[in-house]
Amino acid sequence: MKYCILIYETADEFAARTDPARCDSYWSAVGAYLAAIRQSGVLAGGAGLQAPDTAVTVRRAGDGYRVEDGPYAEVKDQLGGFFLLDVPDQETALQWAARFPQRPGQGVEVRPALPEE
Amino acid sequence: MTASAAIEAVAASARKNRARLLAFLASRCGDIAAAEDALADAYCAALEHWPRSGIPERPEAWLLIAARRRLVDGARARAVRTAALPDLRIAAEEARQLAEGEASFPDERLRLMFACAHPLLDSRMHAPLMLQTVMGLDAAAIASCFLVKPSTMGQRLSRAKARIGSAGLRFEIPENSELPSRLTGVLEAIYAAFTVGLEAEAGELAMLIAARLPEEAEALGLAALLRHCGARRAAARRDGAYVPLAEQDTSGWSAAMIAEADDLLAAAAAKGRMGRFQLEAAMQAVHNRRAATGRTDWAVLLELYDGLVAQWPSLGARLGRVAVLAEVQGAEMAWCALEELEAAGLRDHQPYWALRAHLLHRLGRWDEAAEAYALARGLSTDPAVRQYIESRARCSRVR
Repeated sequence: MKYCILIYETADEFAARTDPARCDSYWSAVGAYLAAIRQSGVLAGGAGLQAPDTAVTVRRAGDGYRVEDGPYAEVKDQLGGFFLLDVPDQETALQWAARFPQRPGQGVEVRPALPEE
Repeated sequence: MTASAAIEAVAASARKNRARLLAFLASRCGDIAAAEDALADAYCAALEHWPRSGIPERPEAWLLIAARRRLVDGARARAVRTAALPDLRIAAEEARQLAEGEASFPDERLRLMFACAHPLLDSRMHAPLMLQTVMGLDAAAIASCFLVKPSTMGQRLSRAKARIGSAGLRFEIPENSELPSRLTGVLEAIYAAFTVGLEAEAGELAMLIAARLPEEAEALGLAALLRHCGARRAAARRDGAYVPLAEQDTSGWSAAMIAEADDLLAAAAAKGRMGRFQLEAAMQAVHNRRAATGRTDWAVLLELYDGLVAQWPSLGARLGRVAVLAEVQGAEMAWCALEELEAAGLRDHQPYWALRAHLLHRLGRWDEAAEAYALARGLSTDPAVRQYIESRARCSRVR
């Protein structure tokens, strides 16, 4: 069964990725998590995403499209990346979610993928 | 009597005696869910009546009478479990005697614990059931501790309670011939609650069972184990940061709890029936002796681990033995023992990688140590532990 772990980050977390004082600890924590998940053999896909200000939203409007700068929804916490895991059950997926190096104010969401076929 | 005083009285009674009332009702009607509903109704009735009539002299008896009335009505209305009706009538008579001060309120929580850890129930649900019914934790809090979806935990709890009712499980303390194996189930459930971080709740349950079954060596052993671990609780964190056992300042350990644990363990040992929890308690006693002697007797610890692994070779016990082996015979020997160790789920097991990293560090194999530290860190669920490993890995890198 595949589960998606969606990582939500605050603007401050996105800033930590490039802040010289904090970026080492940010990336080494995420790197350790990624190493563990790879080593375990459950990783089925995923990506880290660039900051929300790089997003472009394309909406269907009337007969055409409206192309906008910015993410789909203007909310405080934005999607920062996702992992697709192939694990036996939801509890194993939640275990991996708990292992993500979250900081206070950050959250991850676990969603089962639709069955293939 | 003001309404707020009555509300406070109901809340105080619920905090203090809810588990005992529930245990009493459930053991009479054989149905935890029905007993919970009836008790909830009784608290509602108290909120309605006590502001007008005043707090009864024996609030628990009042609540019991109200609750068992609901149970009898409910059983009649549903015309199910009519077999329980005679028991309920006896309960009614008991409640009347309590109200009139002819009897003291019996503590049936032990029966409830044996029902919660019944072998016919899914063993994963033993601890959650006990935490909900005996300790009053709600399903969402239990789900968070066990990392289960709250609605799933709620369903599993309901299903387990329904099973207790439908299978007609008796709420009783098992006969002597059955007691040791049934008790193991109860003790393992309490230990499971301890391992997910519910240390205070587990400690309370263990003390409860040790007090009620003082002849059972393993019940005393578990209580001693949790007391010994509890004694170090405050010292295991410094400004929110994780402090491993070897680096803890022993002046932060509770001497009173250690003494209490030692007494429990001595009482257990006097029964002459060794068991897993007594051995584990003895190990913690050896660690805690450092508070008095300033040193850890690793050789004795190794003997204890050898005994534990010989009979109860859990992964945790085998890893613990390797860690102690490193102190007694050196990192090389421990590394060989670790390499020989095989178990399912090893590569996702955080303590395995933490120990591996520690040994590789001691052997000066820095690159491999760095890799193992990263995995130990990536597999941690505790931010404080994560941070500690990061700092260890940094020490390893600068060598």
